[in-house]
Amino acid sequence: MSDDLLAVLKRLSAAPGVSGAEATTLRALLVELLTPLADEVSVDVAGNVIAFKRGQQTGASRYKVMLSAHMDEIGMIVTGLEGEFLRFTQIGGIDDRVLLGQLVLVHGRRSLLGVIASRPPHVVLPEERGKVIPHDQLFVDVGLTANELKRQVRVGDIISFDCEPVELRRDLIAGKAMDNRASVTAMYACLQGLIELNHAWDVYAVATAQEEHGSYLGATTFAFRLQPHLALVVDTTFGHMVGLSEAETFKLGAGPAFSVGPNIHPAIHRRLASLADSLEIPYQTEPLPGHSGTEAWGLQISRVGIPTGIISIPIRNMHTPIEVVALKDVTRAGRLLAHFVAGLEGTFVEDMIPGT
Amino acid sequence: MERKVLLEQLSNAFGPSGDEGEVRELIAEAIRPHVAELQVDALGNVLARKPGNGYPLRVMLDAHMDEVGFMITYIEPSGLLRFGAVGGLDPRMLPGKRVLAGRSRVPGVIGLKPLHLATKDELTSVTNVQDLAIDIGAEDGDEAGQWVSVGDYAVFHTCFGQLGEAPSDGRSGRVKGKAFDDRVGCAVLVETLAGDYQVEVVGAFTVQEEVGMRGAHVAAFVAEPDLAVVLEGTVADDLPGEEGAPPSTRLGRGPAITLMDRSFVADRRLVDWLIETAEAEDIPYQFKRPNVGGTDGGAVNRSRAGVPTVALSVPCRYIHAPVAVMDLSDFWHTVELLRAALTRLPMAGEIGDGSI
Amino acid sequence: MNDTMKDLVRQLTAVQGPSGYEGLVRDVIRTQVEPLADVVRVDRLGNLHAVVRGQGSGLRVMVAAHMDEIGLMVTHVDEKGFARFTHVGDLWVATLVGNRFVFPNGAVGVVNVEKYEKRPRVENFDKLYMDLGASNGASCPVRVGDVATFDRSFLDLGARWVSKAMDDRLGCSILIEVMRRVGNQTPHEIHFVFTVQEELASQGAMTSAFSIQPDLSIALDVTGSGDLPGATPFPVVLGKGPVVRVSDRTTLVHPGVKGWMTRTAEAKGIPYQLEVIVGLASDAEKMQRSGAGSAVGVLSVPCRHLHTPSEMVDVDDVEHTVELMVALLAGLVDLERVG
Repeated sequence: MSDDLLAVLKRLSAAPGVSGAEATTLRALLVELLTPLADEVSVDVAGNVIAFKRGQQTGASRYKVMLSAHMDEIGMIVTGLEGEFLRFTQIGGIDDRVLLGQLVLVHGRRSLLGVIASRPPHVVLPEERGKVIPHDQLFVDVGLTANELKRQVRVGDIISFDCEPVELRRDLIAGKAMDNRASVTAMYACLQGLIELNHAWDVYAVATAQEEHGSYLGATTFAFRLQPHLALVVDTTFGHMVGLSEAETFKLGAGPAFSVGPNIHPAIHRRLASLADSLEIPYQTEPLPGHSGTEAWGLQISRVGIPTGIISIPIRNMHTPIEVVALKDVTRAGRLLAHFVAGLEGTFVEDMIPGT
Repeated sequence: MERKVLLEQLSNAFGPSGDEGEVRELIAEAIRPHVAELQVDALGNVLARKPGNGYPLRVMLDAHMDEVGFMITYIEPSGLLRFGAVGGLDPRMLPGKRVLAGRSRVPGVIGLKPLHLATKDELTSVTNVQDLAIDIGAEDGDEAGQWVSVGDYAVFHTCFGQLGEAPSDGRSGRVKGKAFDDRVGCAVLVETLAGDYQVEVVGAFTVQEEVGMRGAHVAAFVAEPDLAVVLEGTVADDLPGEEGAPPSTRLGRGPAITLMDRSFVADRRLVDWLIETAEAEDIPYQFKRPNVGGTDGGAVNRSRAGVPTVALSVPCRYIHAPVAVMDLSDFWHTVELLRAALTRLPMAGEIGDGSI
Repeated sequence: MNDTMKDLVRQLTAVQGPSGYEGLVRDVIRTQVEPLADVVRVDRLGNLHAVVRGQGSGLRVMVAAHMDEIGLMVTHVDEKGFARFTHVGDLWVATLVGNRFVFPNGAVGVVNVEKYEKRPRVENFDKLYMDLGASNGASCPVRVGDVATFDRSFLDLGARWVSKAMDDRLGCSILIEVMRRVGNQTPHEIHFVFTVQEELASQGAMTSAFSIQPDLSIALDVTGSGDLPGATPFPVVLGKGPVVRVSDRTTLVHPGVKGWMTRTAEAKGIPYQLEVIVGLASDAEKMQRSGAGSAVGVLSVPCRHLHTPSEMVDVDDVEHTVELMVALLAGLVDLERVG
């Protein structure tokens, strides 16, 4: 199981799928991975990939749980051509500090390998050398002449980081887009787990589109149509490392983090915690006093309101091409999701909504 | 006299965004005798319905139950509690204040380095929330953990009371307390629901306004009103200051009508409706300075296919601070104006034929 | 043809209609579209809907141009008769000093800044005031809550037109002309919506899209141009054709819609430009996510001096935008085709 999951994580991490342009090899890969695990896999107008797995409940009115893990990654987009070089801006929150010298893929007429260009330190003034160059002053070099460039690339073409994931010591993996492919992998693991477990509720496991830039377009439009009774969002959170306080971060390998706060229904948090205890899965608690920064923010107020929960996998170096995740946190999150879904019964919803 | 007690209870109640239960119970008990239906939705909003005489116009009145507060984010080994802001806490207000924390409402203080030991810089700059902590007097982190957990909430510890001489009828004079934004609005709504109207009135006591008008989105979607009046305790910054820029509102000048705030433009027909009522009934009124603050109005106005909306507020000094001040005559004039305006419905002219 | 268009643009840009107070604009547009649509209605927030039923073999399409413009709202009148105000929509303070503003009741005022002699750098509106020539507060012709717009007339420079509120009365004019040329020769059920409050948070687009639930929606607006002195590098310029937007501050256009727009323009020999514009948003943002959402696109006309009283467009760009819009609506759409 773990080897399979590692392979899935690595394939998902490597695939390009920038917000708004998820209909690439990433979509095909997801359809390939999810089809054997679901009753039906479909794609909707926003670009979400939806894996539907029917539950055992009988009766005309069916309870539906939505699992939401965004598949899109941050990236860049061409804003103009200047001679042999491309100007670009960001899609989602790119960390400007990692751009110089990065390898990228420009998705023009064909995929072109490129480098984020920089002037050598020898010609940069000393006082400039200490400053981070904002991305709107940078260029991408794909090694073509100006005329050839015009034939291959246009304004609006997408640029993604070019990065194969790499295994570090212990079971840590570094790669691009661990935010949020690690969570997509956990959702995949959940569907694997559900093959063995009985579950009453219908499950909609959705790899959503346009979370990083798009205000949760994929998740919210899908939920509007589906009207799930409960939604669980799987995302990533800040992993602990030197220089960051323990108050703001979570240890890698210490289990997923469950969020608490206004965006989370307390009953869902309680159930996740007690389930983790009974399965002997370690977990951490993430206090979110306001905006959760996840799709749960949009889902919770959809239509008549959806009780939501958030499970997060800690990663280091968020929003860079070298995000680091512990595979065991992914495995645990997946197992927890499967058992949570399997344990859902009708009265859970009724009990969650305080009557008078 | 009895109604001042309600305002006092509401002001003293513990109800930060995401944990409004105590306020919800007080309100449910107060309105139950006056409404035909009372429901609580998935987010915790209270929706109360008075059917009226069958005239086909549904008016939604909205007031939010939550207040700004704190969430415990980390328990230091020393026993001090780190916290995050729930809603728009003003960091200038925090040092030296008292709070009540957690389910057991444990008293705590937000401590400060003594001025004798502080540097000149520290004395003149505002401390960030990340550098403050709540002290509940625990010996260490373990002891603190017996009283509070990460994710628990805290609110300012302020008791409601009279300022100056109090006329015995409880209808004038100034009072102090916490959370006038928006327990005052809740009290106005409770009073209003005690009346009888021809039109259908839905009272929505919403949650989580302070973290982004969250409950109102859902309440408006559920209620599907034809028009809405949002009730607030609003900014009065009538301190002595510069000439020219007008104060937002003034104490003692009556309820404030919103023309436009940062979240929505009031439907001019509804503004005129309130003005005409006030003038006919000889009730003082003022305008809230346009483009200041955001309210549930923003969420209700853009619900579904749109809802013509206006806001009516009781001026309060020092909202979002530990202690706010309000004039009871403004409170009662607001109740009078709203009740009189509702009684004048139905009025000539269709909402929705664009006749602005 | 261009004279009719010019007259329409001149007429529409002259009307006063800041966000939330679009009634006068709506009245003028309504007269124009009533003979061109199967159904005309006004919704609760004041959006004007003109529905063309079409042949029924296509999609439900929503096309939106916003009626509102930026303006001012009076917040205070002092005892000397000077008025204080705030902005409705995004106004740039530098465009205000010395400029004139007109109110629906005909009153006109001039804006200036406190301590003018020392010419402070004005950061916000608190130091600005309006002089309506009144001798005291009681005789001031405006009150708190009154709204005003730039007082500036249309300018015909031959190849270019200049006016206040090109954003987005030009879009409204284009839609009216498109309605004339399309008639009901379209497979789609088209909802032409003249929206309110785009300059605030596109509340009109959001609520009208909710009631329509289109499959496909297009925002028709103006965009910036990179051909001004000292401009940030931006490939869009006046005269090179309508602009197919790929992304902006908030919206990533549906790839199938973008492909449909560029393919159609190429097939018809209509010049066009592509843009990624970080500083703007449009009604598309809300149309894309309202309710169950729709596939969204943005078509815009390059415009210089946005959000000033002198917005400038190229006449050929206007005609080409009309042509492209007509070509798009006349044919079927394959949203799966991305290239």
